Amino acid sequence: MRTYVVRRALNGLLVLWLVSIVIFSLVRILPGDAVIMQLDQAAAPTPEILSRARQELGLERPFLAQYRTWITGAVHGDLGRSLITRRPVMNELLKRINLTSHLAVMSIVVAMLIALPIGVLSAVKQDTASDYIARFFAVLGLSLPDFWLATVVITFLAIWVQWIPPIGFAPLWEDPARCLGQLLIPALIIGARLAAVSMRMTRSSLLEVLRQDYIRTARAKGTREQAVIVRHALKNAFIPVVTVIGQQFSVLLGGTVIVEFIFLQPGVGSLMLDAVLLRDYTLIQGAVLFFATVIVVTNLFVDLSYAWLDPRIRYR
Amino acid sequence: MRDAWAEVWLLARRKPLGAVSAMIILGLVVVAVLAPVLAPRDPYLFNLNERGLPIRMQAPTTTFPFGTDPLGRDVLSRIIYGARISLIVGLASVLIGTLLGTVLGLVSGYWEGGLDQIIQRGVDTTMAIPGIVLALAVMSILGQSLTNIILVIALVIAPGTSRVVRGTVLAVKQHTFIDAAQALGASPWRIVARHVLPNVFAPILVIATVWLGNAIVIEAALSFLGLGTPPPTPTWGAMLSGEGRRNLETAPYLAIFPGVAISIVVLAFNMLGDALRDLLDPRLRSR
Repeated sequence: MRTYVVRRALNGLLVLWLVSIVIFSLVRILPGDAVIMQLDQAAAPTPEILSRARQELGLERPFLAQYRTWITGAVHGDLGRSLITRRPVMNELLKRINLTSHLAVMSIVVAMLIALPIGVLSAVKQDTASDYIARFFAVLGLSLPDFWLATVVITFLAIWVQWIPPIGFAPLWEDPARCLGQLLIPALIIGARLAAVSMRMTRSSLLEVLRQDYIRTARAKGTREQAVIVRHALKNAFIPVVTVIGQQFSVLLGGTVIVEFIFLQPGVGSLMLDAVLLRDYTLIQGAVLFFATVIVVTNLFVDLSYAWLDPRIRYR
Repeated sequence: MRDAWAEVWLLARRKPLGAVSAMIILGLVVVAVLAPVLAPRDPYLFNLNERGLPIRMQAPTTTFPFGTDPLGRDVLSRIIYGARISLIVGLASVLIGTLLGTVLGLVSGYWEGGLDQIIQRGVDTTMAIPGIVLALAVMSILGQSLTNIILVIALVIAPGTSRVVRGTVLAVKQHTFIDAAQALGASPWRIVARHVLPNVFAPILVIATVWLGNAIVIEAALSFLGLGTPPPTPTWGAMLSGEGRRNLETAPYLAIFPGVAISIVVLAFNMLGDALRDLLDPRLRSR
């Protein structure tokens, strides 16, 4: 097990290193460097201004030397300074990580609270009206784009109940009411897709498990149906659901970018979007690296959770 | 020919939702192709009233069934023309992304070894970045254009497709017909093209169908965020974000119609993907 964890962690580090190379190169290799693109937006820059800006950002040095400086700093928690605000990228990220992690965790919790009971119900009552209704809503959840849902929800809430999400983030442990008021609806919108995918997976996986011999044995022994499902079937049916959560986590994090933007929430997602719109490349690099780190770590945990869910799984 | 129709009818009866979805998608194709004929007005034209002023934000009427936008352009015509952009972006990006993903998956799965490792680390790298974040980052660097959107979405599609193809190739390789082809002296490329590829076609078709819907959503999301096809080209995402979002309180139809258009098309692609998966995946066939 320990060897497996070490190997997976090393693989994760390799992926992060590759992500850092890709994003660092993208900004520099493509036509027009960051400085020109940046300064071009304001006014026609003179060669002196361009040269000074390049020097300031270290863009006149060889590519590898630039990368070495950046990655050494990144390893020590220094991701450079924002091209626009001149503030350290790490500080900008740290200020906003709390909100985005709250939003991501709440989205998963909300999605699971919706998906698991409905998925189980759908499987147990296969091919009944409730199954069809649940499946229809699942496909609908997959098809409604989060940006549309968010736009419609925020506007109609503002019109009908005169509610707009509070600005200024408070962590759950400090002010639960405010935190939920601020993030519950965005979390519902982000979680809708995950809920739909997980519900479908819970249903199909549970149907598969319910056909197994050990379930027949449990029923033959006279175990109550509820106990058969909760104690015998659900845990085994949960492995593909966890896999799906792992796969969908990336989409969920992407959703935070759009929903934070629409709900004016100051998270890493909206920071990334601002950076993209203002072409703040150092900030883009930092935000991409942040998202990649979260995904790599999540995937590691998803892999490790298999052994807990199914003790037959042994890692080599 | 009659046999083909009979088979289509049989499939439609087995999967009615899939058949309805296929009809909706066919409708989308017809609307996109015949846009100049079907659109009641020029989508770029500022419609003027008798005093020569633009008919701004006119609520739906018989003259303007979906109303007009803040510049006086006909929303229905813009939605009809917007179908073209959605379809072009969807088809082109899925075609490029699927082709790239299939080639990478075939090479990676069939030859394994060092090349597989290199390709898979590349796939890991791309998949470690959320699709929309990757698309935003690349679009900010490449700049806004239809071609760039297509390339960016293809880049998001390719890694996942290559994973699915690789997994299927690894399974197909275990079959004895591959050993037989090797024993007969067939070249690796011939084995891949003649024996492996036909067996990975079903999962590719399913994943490509679902991706068509997702590609349309990504394009709309990029347009919504201001990084899609530049104005004044009518796109569903841009209609929703600009005029739609700003005027949702006073003119909700501006956001509702393009939003419904996106949702119906994506719903159709998702349901068609489901139907194809049920029909083509033997493991799920009995369910």
